[in-house]
Amino acid sequence: MNRSALARIPGLPALFGFGCLVVSILAFEILIRAGVINRFIVPMPSQIAASFERVIIEEHLLERFVLTFKECFYAAILITLVGVSLGALLHRVDLLRRATETWVAAAASAPTVLMYPLFLVIFGRSSTTIIMMAFVAGLPPVILKTIEGLSGTRRVLINVGRSFNLTQSQMFWKILFPAAMPTIFVGLKLGLIFTLINVVGVEFLINFGGLGQLINDLAERYDLPGTYAAICFVILVSVVFFVVIERIERWLRPAD
Amino acid sequence: MSVASMATTHTAKTSAQDSAGLLVLDDLSKRFPTPEGTVVAVDHVSLSVKQGEFFSVIGPSGCGKSTLFNVIGGLISEYEGNVTVAGERITGPHPSVGMVFQEESTFPWRTVIENVSFPLEIEGMPKAKRYEKARHFIHMVGLDGFENRYPSELSGGMRQRVSLARTLASEPKILLMDEPFAALDEQTRLLLGDKVLQIQEELKQTTMLITHNITEAVQLSDRIMVMTYRPGKVKRVVDINLPRPRTSEIVGSDAFGHYVAQIWTDLREEASRGLTEDEGRRVTRATR
Repeated sequence: MNRSALARIPGLPALFGFGCLVVSILAFEILIRAGVINRFIVPMPSQIAASFERVIIEEHLLERFVLTFKECFYAAILITLVGVSLGALLHRVDLLRRATETWVAAAASAPTVLMYPLFLVIFGRSSTTIIMMAFVAGLPPVILKTIEGLSGTRRVLINVGRSFNLTQSQMFWKILFPAAMPTIFVGLKLGLIFTLINVVGVEFLINFGGLGQLINDLAERYDLPGTYAAICFVILVSVVFFVVIERIERWLRPAD
Repeated sequence: MSVASMATTHTAKTSAQDSAGLLVLDDLSKRFPTPEGTVVAVDHVSLSVKQGEFFSVIGPSGCGKSTLFNVIGGLISEYEGNVTVAGERITGPHPSVGMVFQEESTFPWRTVIENVSFPLEIEGMPKAKRYEKARHFIHMVGLDGFENRYPSELSGGMRQRVSLARTLASEPKILLMDEPFAALDEQTRLLLGDKVLQIQEELKQTTMLITHNITEAVQLSDRIMVMTYRPGKVKRVVDINLPRPRTSEIVGSDAFGHYVAQIWTDLREEASRGLTEDEGRRVTRATR
């Protein structure tokens, strides 16, 4: 059986991925026990696993997890609604697009997290600051990919729409938007990465709220196994979001 | 039977007003400004397509066939002369003209039935009714059983049939096709030609086919207009007096061969001229 046939066996890629994770964890365990990696910098995976129960019960991890998840969710909704709308507007108004596209692209690579004092002044030390900072960080890729997707619609599909005398609104909703959907989802996934990083990052920086604050607290106490356990939950938030967005994408684009 | 007796040929200046055609082009010209000067894509073309007629336009690459397609389809609204459908001047996409494009044009996010029912959805027809009507056209193009498949699950020929069914579903007075089977292999092209002939027989659909394939044009048409290489003018209009109903079996007949040879004689001269001019332009660009 060749390699591509193996990749098509149901469940095998997931099983292989899980296997790789287990092997990596075991490798770290062995390397730390053997003294190759300093255990005062990287705790043993077995210590991290043992700290899960303590972190979950003593540090109210579930509430923090839900709070971080909510902040990510609100920011994701905002980048989707505002990002796709702004992208569509810039695609529609060529002058506006030419005037701003470079700035939006520059904003995508700017370290907006450094603007947190300004947001603190505007929104206070609250979840709103975290959501707004995550929104600002995640917005540019959604705008840029929406413009790219709408502009990349094949000319012939637009001509089909024109031949059927579609109105501008019909042209957008029936042809341009569905044709741009794959690229818009690429933008949403990129935006979501920035959003998640910023939610946890700002929670850490302003020492407020969910998992980011917990990581800050545990790191300050030099509780390394606890810190890494909390990081595992941040990864869990990310996994949940990406699974949800993949499901939505598959639901909206059943042809792929 | 000699070709001369079978084919009625007309001079280049075919009068558009000699019959009350459904589609009439009267002295149509289209020029495009380019950095190297104005290019005349279509030059004083006049023709008239009658109700129920299958009319083909054939010419070498660069003769303005696609410009003609875009003008009649209303995708190019500024032109000189007059183009009318049932007496109405074409100034934009006209509901009486249904277009089938050369490139793959099915909507990949819609199933076959969703694609075919698209124009009916735009009209606001209820789902059950438009699906019923779409099934009729899916059956007509021979895609029964594929209603819920996506275009990515179909072959190139099947996708072009979906596009054809989608255009037919809008019930246009004139079916305008721009080399719809150009990307397909010869066998598939001939078989799809049979399908087009069946549909034309059933619907008595007025059809205008833009093509560069002589076999396809002779197999399907009542009349063929041969165009000159740039600027695109009418070189000759040939009446194809082959019996109907036709199938692709006609390709093997002597009469068919004579028509192909006759049209190739006209076309060869233009295609050679086109090739020479293209090569000349390339050499000029390379030596600049």
